[in-house]
Amino acid sequence: MNPSNNNIETQDDIGTTGHEWDGITELNYPCPRWWVWIFLGTIVWAVGYWYIYPAWPVISGDSERGGTKGVMEWTQYKQLEESQSEIFSRRAENLEKLQNTSTKDVMDMPELYEFAVVGGKSAFKENCAQCHGSGGGGAKGYPNLNDDDWLWGGSLKELSKTIKYGIRSDHKNTRNSVMPPLAAVMGKDSVTKVSRYVAGLSKGSSSTAEGAKEYKQMCSACHGVNGEGNRIFGAPKLSDGIWLYGKGDEQQIESQIKSPQHGVMPAWIDRLGEDTIKQLVVYVYSLGGGE
Amino acid sequence: MIEALSAPQYNDEIIKKFTIASVFWAIVGFLAGVFIALQMAFPDLNFEPYLTFGRLRPLHTSAVIFAFGGNVLFATSYFVVQRTCRTRLWGGGLANFTFWGYQAFIVMAALGYVFGVTQGKEYAEPEWYADLWLVLVWVSYLLVFLMTLAKRQEPHIYVANWFFLAFIVTVAVLHLVNGLSVPVSLTSLKSYPLWSGVQNAMIQWWYGHNAVGFFLTAGFLGIMYYFVPKRANRPVYSYRLSILHFWSLIFLYIWAGPHHLHYTSLPDWAQTLGMTFSIILWMPSWGGMINGLMTLSGAWHKLREDPVLKFMIVSLAFYGMVTFEGPLMAIKEVNALSHYTEWTIGHVHSGALGWVAFISFGAIYYLVPKLWGKEELYSLKLVNLHLWIATIGIVFYIAAMWVAGIMQGLMWRSYDSLGFLEYSFVETVMAMHPFYIIRALGGVLFLGGALIMVFNIYKTIKTDERIA
Repeated sequence: MNPSNNNIETQDDIGTTGHEWDGITELNYPCPRWWVWIFLGTIVWAVGYWYIYPAWPVISGDSERGGTKGVMEWTQYKQLEESQSEIFSRRAENLEKLQNTSTKDVMDMPELYEFAVVGGKSAFKENCAQCHGSGGGGAKGYPNLNDDDWLWGGSLKELSKTIKYGIRSDHKNTRNSVMPPLAAVMGKDSVTKVSRYVAGLSKGSSSTAEGAKEYKQMCSACHGVNGEGNRIFGAPKLSDGIWLYGKGDEQQIESQIKSPQHGVMPAWIDRLGEDTIKQLVVYVYSLGGGE
Repeated sequence: MIEALSAPQYNDEIIKKFTIASVFWAIVGFLAGVFIALQMAFPDLNFEPYLTFGRLRPLHTSAVIFAFGGNVLFATSYFVVQRTCRTRLWGGGLANFTFWGYQAFIVMAALGYVFGVTQGKEYAEPEWYADLWLVLVWVSYLLVFLMTLAKRQEPHIYVANWFFLAFIVTVAVLHLVNGLSVPVSLTSLKSYPLWSGVQNAMIQWWYGHNAVGFFLTAGFLGIMYYFVPKRANRPVYSYRLSILHFWSLIFLYIWAGPHHLHYTSLPDWAQTLGMTFSIILWMPSWGGMINGLMTLSGAWHKLREDPVLKFMIVSLAFYGMVTFEGPLMAIKEVNALSHYTEWTIGHVHSGALGWVAFISFGAIYYLVPKLWGKEELYSLKLVNLHLWIATIGIVFYIAAMWVAGIMQGLMWRSYDSLGFLEYSFVETVMAMHPFYIIRALGGVLFLGGALIMVFNIYKTIKTDERIA
């Protein structure tokens, strides 16, 4: 035995290849049978698969997307269509009904109503929840959709218009309004007074209080004489306790007068289409604030 | 005695350097991994702009694959090629350049990631200047390795060296082709790939999959073929199997890349080819596992006594599992569920933690006493502790990702009876939160095990006891 081999426990029944590296030798066992058979099996399977499915590139341009077609003429686009069509078929009947029914009438048809609410919820979670919250609860700068306080209206018709065309969006039918910065016109003193007055509105401050005169002059055209708001301009109601950008304290109101903030909602009509928007309208309406 | 006298003076200094670097980068990479796992569970841990998930994720993957894994491959290949060729490493200065050059590449890449300089190609994120530098280093590596093989004192080339050579050559080709890009200008850090659209995607995943195949599989099989028989003190099970699975593995792996692009704009025929070759690849992959495990036949009792060998054998078990799971996930119908989910992340980590890291730990534990001239490691008990903590960590990790991934895939495709999607994306993220925490815990355990290794290695090197 090679002296350098002395640290290896040899196994004589099968024998080694006779080579040795740094004390390592190699036995001469054949490949395990099962290994060989499974290996061959996978090759046979692959050849069969190539026969059935598109598998190899071809030079001639007559087969789809540069490869063999396979006997089943399968394509991933066909598979997508098949799996989608099963899902579409679940929707189809209700969808057709919905297309031919006004949202107002949907309210009186329990089955269709349920369909619209479920569909609307699904679309809401994917498209609207990012801003309005997954339950429509809103966030700072994004209106709560569960309450009765609507900037532009909570009727089926108004909801539909808002969702379709958005607010200050780039759609030509968008709802639009801008509150001008008023500090320069009003003067510092008057801004402070009005802010205090507006902050008091929701707590029931009287119309004779300090700042009432300035308010009437500068703000009431849009926000209403008593702060009741005006949906034509999307001007928020100031006499309730609901505030879009804060808690309705003087400071925050003052900052809004000086440099007004405005939200933007995109137009969804081109992205979601009539059917989905109809479902969204019914769903948002169902959240509790519908009028 | 005769053998000892005639043994050439091996260049072990270079191997010491690469070994220390491996251990250092392992800790860096694992730490980054734990941190980004926690970021997934608790997004507040993202600190803009430098420490966001987007920038730290490539830092983690590059640190573990190229910094840790790469240094292990340098260390082991230089060690193995000298011993199995019975000759000193060729090109002392050039070998030294491969060390410092490679570390410089790692630092260049890492700085780029943190500062937002990236090609945006997975596992190939470094920009053109770092890519070019790596070419220089890699060609030097190839030269050192080839020239050492050329001046060997053995008539034949040992199988471990086939794998190392296949790894070095193929990685060079992959890197060159996938890295082809045009810099905006010579002073600009930004470049654009030569390829565009679906061709770019295909080149990228031809690269990406074979980075797995040749960097993380072939290279580490090279490690296995030397360190398992040496540590077990047993001959390799089957020479014929090693030939057959070597050639079939390197021939077949190159085809499998398209399975990363199922159901995309990649033509159907390319997807099919990728899938079928992935399935055929199953047995060639398992060839390495069989040869490794069967090398222990008749010596299984050694597993009870030697935790270092245990590391290697557990790594082979993970290797077997993950090379079964891979072909499974390459099947289109399975992929339709698993793709883009956490299942993929779990699969990768079965391979990365279970196979690559474990065989590396085994090799490092073998190397350290040999390189620093000690009888044995400071503590084999600590090796055993490392093994168990790390194994439990892996199980936490992959089990959490299996559950999270399959749940995520099912939630994405779930439609209700009226035909509407049941879950929004954010709901699937919320559902995965507990599993993200379990995964992070698994990572903490794995890191803890590695820290035990650092302590053990430190004590081994510091101890005075030397081989007489």
